[in-house]
Amino acid sequence: MEKNIALELKNITKTFGSVVANKNISLQVRKGEILSILGENGSGKTTLMNMVSGIYFPDSGQIFADGKEIVIASPKDAFNHKIGMIHQHFKLVDVFSAAENIVLGLADEKKFDMPAYVEKIKEITEQYGFELDPHKKIYEMSVSEKQTVEIIKVLFRGADILILDEPTAVLTPQETVKLFKVLRNMRDAGKAIIIITHKLHEVLSLSDNVAVLRKGEYVGTVKTAETNESELTEMMVGKKVSLNIERSEPTNCEDRLIVENIKCVNRDGIKLLDNVSFEARSGEILGIAGIAGSGQRELLEAIAGLQHLDGGSVFYNNPETGEKENLRDKTPLEIRQMGVRLAFVPEDRLGMGLVGNMDIIDNMMLRSYKKGKSMFLQRKSPKTLAEKIIESLEVVTPSATTPVRRLSGGNVQKILVGREIASSPTVLMAAYPVRGLDINSSYTIYNLLNEQKQKGAAVIFVGEDLDVLIELCDRIMVIGSGRITGIVDGRNTTKEEIGILMTKSAEDKGDEQ
Amino acid sequence: MKKIENFFTSAITGSLAHIIKRDDIVWWKAWGIRLIAIVLALIVCGIVTVSLTDLNPLEMYATMIDGAVGTSRLVWNLFQNTAILLCVSLAVTPAFKMKFWNIGAEGQVLAGGLATASCMIFLGEKLPTPLLILVMLISSILAGALWGLVPAYFKTRFNSNETLFTLMMNYVIIQIVAFFTLEWSMPKGSGTPRTLEFGQLPTLFGQKYLINILIVALLTALVYIYLKYSKQGYEISVVGESEKTARYIGINVKKVILRTMAISGALCGIAGFLLVAGTDHSLKSDTAGGRGFTAIMVSWLAKFNPIFMIFTSLLIVFLQKGASKISEVYRLNSSFSDIITGIIIFFIIGSEFFINYRIKFNKKEANV
Repeated sequence: MEKNIALELKNITKTFGSVVANKNISLQVRKGEILSILGENGSGKTTLMNMVSGIYFPDSGQIFADGKEIVIASPKDAFNHKIGMIHQHFKLVDVFSAAENIVLGLADEKKFDMPAYVEKIKEITEQYGFELDPHKKIYEMSVSEKQTVEIIKVLFRGADILILDEPTAVLTPQETVKLFKVLRNMRDAGKAIIIITHKLHEVLSLSDNVAVLRKGEYVGTVKTAETNESELTEMMVGKKVSLNIERSEPTNCEDRLIVENIKCVNRDGIKLLDNVSFEARSGEILGIAGIAGSGQRELLEAIAGLQHLDGGSVFYNNPETGEKENLRDKTPLEIRQMGVRLAFVPEDRLGMGLVGNMDIIDNMMLRSYKKGKSMFLQRKSPKTLAEKIIESLEVVTPSATTPVRRLSGGNVQKILVGREIASSPTVLMAAYPVRGLDINSSYTIYNLLNEQKQKGAAVIFVGEDLDVLIELCDRIMVIGSGRITGIVDGRNTTKEEIGILMTKSAEDKGDEQ
Repeated sequence: MKKIENFFTSAITGSLAHIIKRDDIVWWKAWGIRLIAIVLALIVCGIVTVSLTDLNPLEMYATMIDGAVGTSRLVWNLFQNTAILLCVSLAVTPAFKMKFWNIGAEGQVLAGGLATASCMIFLGEKLPTPLLILVMLISSILAGALWGLVPAYFKTRFNSNETLFTLMMNYVIIQIVAFFTLEWSMPKGSGTPRTLEFGQLPTLFGQKYLINILIVALLTALVYIYLKYSKQGYEISVVGESEKTARYIGINVKKVILRTMAISGALCGIAGFLLVAGTDHSLKSDTAGGRGFTAIMVSWLAKFNPIFMIFTSLLIVFLQKGASKISEVYRLNSSFSDIITGIIIFFIIGSEFFINYRIKFNKKEANV
């Protein structure tokens, strides 16, 4: 039995400054096993695996491969010990073909023989059931194909231990199913596979064992067959959490925002938004689902006055005056001056919504600093607001004068959402508001969105987790390659239905060519 | 930052040490590091001095101090030079805070100086002195602002590279000033710059540089308040930190860039005005004397805080004055004083690395 252990970590510790990222972690993974490493964001999963793959070096502790102690000081060392990691962000050369990327940097001291390499790549794809054309260029590939290239790159180098960091984050449900099939084939062929994830249902459907980390510490390993969602959550969070989102019936619905045939073309002539039309109603949450980069960002920015449109119109139905006003080609400032209370929680929190180097008070001021005729700043009301948000949303911060970049992801998001809803918005747009947040903070955000919905705001929620979208939203609009491929009722739809809609437009386009 | 950290970590992992970004540092530690840096710099300077010349380093430092603050005339001189350098540093600060890399302060100062000098020459005999000085001040502000606005306009209109643009604007104005220096020289064509009689700034309390110092002190306070407490100063910070955030909250980024560069250029113009009307009473193509570039260092070292800039500019002027005295007394060529100043500034700037990063030595473990 002991012989079967492919990789073993003993008492690994790693600190960054005063932050302990990993504390005394011990783990093992066997040949022919899929091990999930489960933990919330910031629990140290990626740091731990980065030490195995040679990106970081542990402060203390030992690593064993095949029963022998090894030192991994660089990614090259990791490869020599047959360990390969597939990172969340792909590292591929866009203008090269799949095969060229796979053999790039290979140092086997043999003659460079492309046909032979392609042959070997084909062998690998057939063996494990991948779908890949070795001659296809990276820039022509979907995210899932790129991921396949990354995985084959690692296998090509003879890796027996594969580490995948959040592999499903960018995939549609259908692509996820395919990936899981391939991973199972690899397991059956005797590879040891480690998956870093924070999605419970994936853990349960794929892995043999689950190792749970919490705040840099190892909580324990359990057999997947002998556990369930609530037990794993409890291990992850450290206490019982109710995973239900309360969804109230929409009330007083009227069309608040009417988007008609908007078009947006980028410099290369690619249609980012193609004839998008929909209505966002007051008192309901409209979810937007789609593969990352399908036009969600452009859509929200177009409504917020940050994206130039090449056609169409964005009407706002003012509840106070009853007038219909076109927001197209207005700047954010003009939109606010028209009396439109539009709140926007952008995807890029510290790069757009907030200024990382400024303190909480100055960040509160971003929305309100222009008020009043004086040429000097008024810091009193932003200070009151900051203190109110810190208290009511339980933001963990040393003080209101702490630079925002020092706060954890969840606290940063609370500050941003808190500021945006402080103006009692009539339209609230939030792009991936729970990305990178722990479970408790995520539920705080869901509750805030629900609260705004009940107060009569038209809430637009761009999400990536389909389970959450289905639980939270009243209607779900699916966007694919800049086109709306369908709007479904959140109360009676399925993940599969949404998944099909997500890929629909992309396939249509393929047919046209 | 993380990248740098990873690079160093992976480059030297397993052997000696790795580098970690500091979260925060208490003020006395930061100043302690700077003090150590200066002491080390003085030691290195001593070694260099002994190995290149036969001088006793301690004696040399005494000469240096003597050269900077030895007599009351020298002290006034030191303050007036500090004032001018500080004025240029204040000028570049709003632009740098906005991450607009204005390295054209040298030219903007000269533009202000040229405007001042032409008023002194052409209006000198026609206007009463107080009015003349006012006209000189206004025209220097306008000239400096114009020289700053040109690159800003092209940046906002065509997204041109402001670093190259402002640098090239320096060469343009240097040639224009060189042309007029020759044109106005006395006797004409000789190249000796004319002494400008009319419109010199008045002597206060028997000190001819006092007015310069007072004006710059006032400007320091104004710039400090402007950057920290005004709405426009806040907009500068937001644009500098993230243009995306600025757009997101509805700041007109182009307007802020134009306005800030006009202010930056105008302050440079005032520095040119003080140089021509207050101290030199003449105009040459090297009137700015490299201050436009030194000011960048002053501003960065002070982390864009106008109050700290008083000290950083004083330090740099002190070093320059002291070092040139050494060359003079010991009959060394002027390169020697540059070497000394260079070493000291290298250490001061280098110390910032140790303030921002911490080096952690790996404990040797039996198995590593």
